[in-house]
Amino acid sequence: MSKLGIIINGLIKENPTFVLLLGMCPTLGTTSSAINGMSMGLATMAVLICSNFVISCIKSLIPDKVHIPCYIVVIAGFVTVVQLLLKAYAPAVDEKLGLFIPLIVVNCIVLGRAESFAAKNSPLDSACDGIGIGLGFTVALTVIGLCRELLGAGTAFDVAIYPEQFGALTFVLAPGAFITLGFLVAIFNKFTKKA
Amino acid sequence: MAKLENSLKNMVLSLTAITVVVGCLLGYVASITDAPIKAAADAKQQKAITDVVPGEGNTVGEEVKKVAANGTDASIFPVMNGGKVVGHAVKAISKNGFGGNITVMIGFDVEGNILGYSVLDCSNETPGLGAKMPDWFQKGQKGDVIGKNPAKNNLTVSKDGGEVDAITAATISSRAFLDALAQAAGVLTGADVATSASKQNKEEEVSANEPCAADSCAQQCLTE
Repeated sequence: MSKLGIIINGLIKENPTFVLLLGMCPTLGTTSSAINGMSMGLATMAVLICSNFVISCIKSLIPDKVHIPCYIVVIAGFVTVVQLLLKAYAPAVDEKLGLFIPLIVVNCIVLGRAESFAAKNSPLDSACDGIGIGLGFTVALTVIGLCRELLGAGTAFDVAIYPEQFGALTFVLAPGAFITLGFLVAIFNKFTKKA
Repeated sequence: MAKLENSLKNMVLSLTAITVVVGCLLGYVASITDAPIKAAADAKQQKAITDVVPGEGNTVGEEVKKVAANGTDASIFPVMNGGKVVGHAVKAISKNGFGGNITVMIGFDVEGNILGYSVLDCSNETPGLGAKMPDWFQKGQKGDVIGKNPAKNNLTVSKDGGEVDAITAATISSRAFLDALAQAAGVLTGADVATSASKQNKEEEVSANEPCAADSCAQQCLTE
């Protein structure tokens, strides 16, 4: 598969949110607005690219029996780096995402891609897979966040579209996350799956 | 390249090597981000203080750490202008939020009137309801508390017989905000009582200076 093919695969055919339905916790938890969803997606993408690349580089040095702890140490290392950098240079983002940044460690997308892709492919292909899956996740989270923000608070990327009092508050709260996700998965399947 | 075998030696070696490398990397990143993280936290606090006790040329005095009546940590930051205390910014926590603690910074003038407030953390409140807190109680808004004095006004929600309109559908968050406000006021007045022996001189100085406050201000205006 070409590098571009790998990226497009992660974006559409194996979209982590709409097709694989992985990493639902941050998907539901951080998408109360488009900006929040996008920041979470980008943070996850950064971790995913780095961890995929490094794990692919060192895969032959890791005995099979300890591969999960080794992968998790690498992933946790990158997550902590991202968290420290966010705290230092983008404190506002760090505050909004809060607990969800350290929780990227246990995001099954990251470990899942390490297991199913990086452990079997070359470092460059793995990095491309990280970009593809990361982009898929970012786009999905941004779209969910945008729908929820628009329906719930009447804004898109913090720009007011219609007055807030006409918004359905439910969409900003947890039930709205489930409803939005369900409809978006249905729409995505409608266009990607053959009947 | 063939995979390493699952021998004990290999497993110990590879795990140790990976943890050591990751550990070193983290140590390095932590060392370069340490200063910016502290600076960001400081800047945020400074901004909150200048927001709640506004005024040109104010300087913030040394932080005084206290324990509030509800057992949480609180801090008092005296705000000075030209060597005189013009107000205090008090950081206080309420434990009664809808989903956890609420941290606020409240500015008081020397008479204890509320000059302004800034919500430092209401991340556990419901978006769209309790999380409206940073705007709801500001000047000109429905729950305006600015200019009121916790010692003279009954700063509880109207449902409890007070004179503050609670956030619509978020009475618990509103109560918690007012609780934090009361904690801040308590810490501020309590601080004066508790340290009156050591601070008496200072206070006399302040009160002696007060009548001239208008003069010095006028002078300042003239020189400007």
